[in-house]
Amino acid sequence: MARAAVSRRLTWRAATVREARWETASARTLVLDVPDWPGHLPGQHVDVRLTAPDGYSAQRSYSIASSWTGDGDGVELTVQRVEDGEVSTYLDDGLEVGQQLELRGPVGGWFVWRNEPAPVLLVAGGSGVVPLMAMIRARGDVRGRQPFRLVYSVRTPEDVCFAGELARRVRDDPGLDVHYVYTRKTPDGWPAPAGRLTVATLNTHGWPPDFAPDVFVCGPTSFVETAADILVALGHDPKKIRTERFGGTS
Amino acid sequence: MSIISPGFGGRRRSSRPDLPPGQYLTRDFPVLSAGPTPRIPLDRWQFTITDEVGKKHSWSWKEFQELPAEDVTVDIHCVTKWSKLGTTWRGVALDTLFENIETTADYTMVHGYGGYTTNVPLEDLLDGKAWVAYKFDGEDLAPEHGGPARLVVPHLYFWKSAKWVNGIEMLQQDEPGFWEEAGYHIYGDPWREQRYQGD
Ligand SMILES: Cc1cc2nc3c(=O)[nH]c(=O)nc-3n(C[C@H](O)[C@H](O)[C@H](O)COP(=O)(O)OP(=O)(O)OC[C@H]3O[C@@H](n4cnc5c(N)ncnc54)[C@H](O)[C@@H]3O)c2cc1C
Repeated sequence: MARAAVSRRLTWRAATVREARWETASARTLVLDVPDWPGHLPGQHVDVRLTAPDGYSAQRSYSIASSWTGDGDGVELTVQRVEDGEVSTYLDDGLEVGQQLELRGPVGGWFVWRNEPAPVLLVAGGSGVVPLMAMIRARGDVRGRQPFRLVYSVRTPEDVCFAGELARRVRDDPGLDVHYVYTRKTPDGWPAPAGRLTVATLNTHGWPPDFAPDVFVCGPTSFVETAADILVALGHDPKKIRTERFGGTS
Repeated sequence: MSIISPGFGGRRRSSRPDLPPGQYLTRDFPVLSAGPTPRIPLDRWQFTITDEVGKKHSWSWKEFQELPAEDVTVDIHCVTKWSKLGTTWRGVALDTLFENIETTADYTMVHGYGGYTTNVPLEDLLDGKAWVAYKFDGEDLAPEHGGPARLVVPHLYFWKSAKWVNGIEMLQQDEPGFWEEAGYHIYGDPWREQRYQGD
């Protein structure tokens, strides 16, 4: 029974949308008030449950975008609209400020950053940037000295989430680097043509395996497969590479 | 009790009796793993059952292929909410692997290449309830789905169906594996919606 004493039941909680803002034309951040929120670690996620008027309900997982020291009781989620998606379309286009939804969490104890001393490499594909942003924010909050690098793959410059905040953090913090990979369209004057993440990208903009960085890779399944395979081929210890696959095939 | 979302219609509705609570149907085969996909050369592949006194029973890939195989069609349910119905696998039933093993232990820890572990009670592996599968949909099992071989225990959430499986260790007492340690349910019955600790 010793185990039962420390285990915590994940109950459904009512969350209220305090604020909502668009990060891009198809990704929206929901700032949620959750009374008695127990706190979370960067990288963890919540399960969201929506219930239709006739009782039908659907659940999906969403990473927490806000850092552990966010203001008061609550979490921020950043939801990328998936065309024809059941839950993401409602969270982006149907839900209004003041409205409630149910969530439970935080969930997950593996894909988390715990303020360890090692350098960190973050590799994001599309909305996979969300839990990695929580790690960048958490490091900022504790004024972490660990050097962080983010390699962030997006289709076009218009698809970058948190663009302004990332630019500001890079400007103010010499320990943080961000490198963008544009797969469909680059900004004007960008030195390379649009294209997918390659061995050269991660070799140049990641950390050398000798630095033994903690690596977090997150995004659509096929992106995570490609990025993790490249990192292993470059010599990174597979045990130091943590992955989170959001689903989807794009 | 639950909060109603006005205007939420639900596009993936399905009232099928074969869909556990909170799950939705998918036609894709999504991937859930905690790290990179290990690539295991067949000439180095080995599967080992270790009993509670440490005695090992091992099979090479060739020996494994010579064991009687079964074709099964089963429904699978992932804790990340998707279910896939009527998937077809070919593999060796755990009953076959345990045929000559004498054990009094009731629990097991399943191990995979790459260091993955998950705990499953022995009775959930026997009596035609589990297989070590090496074909999916008539094709060799792809590495991202756990190839060359994975455990398939369809009546539990799919994280129990360890990918890249390489062994089973007999335990006298139940112990949490990788996801169980991270807060997922110790048993994982989708019909009782046992997703997380305490569900
Ligand atoms: C641990 C975890 C954390 C996640 N965190 C986030 C997050 O922070 N932000 C976020 O936006 N999403 C996140 N996701 C993805 C999210 O859970 C949903 O899968 C996504 O919002 C689509 O749900 P939906 O109901 O709108 O679409 P569905 O109705 O489920 O699916 C619509 C179609 O889109 C496909 N599809 C499903 N998921 C994706 C995807 N991610 N990309 C492209 N196509 C897809 C399906 O195969 C289906 O064909 C996370 C997933 C997991 C497992």
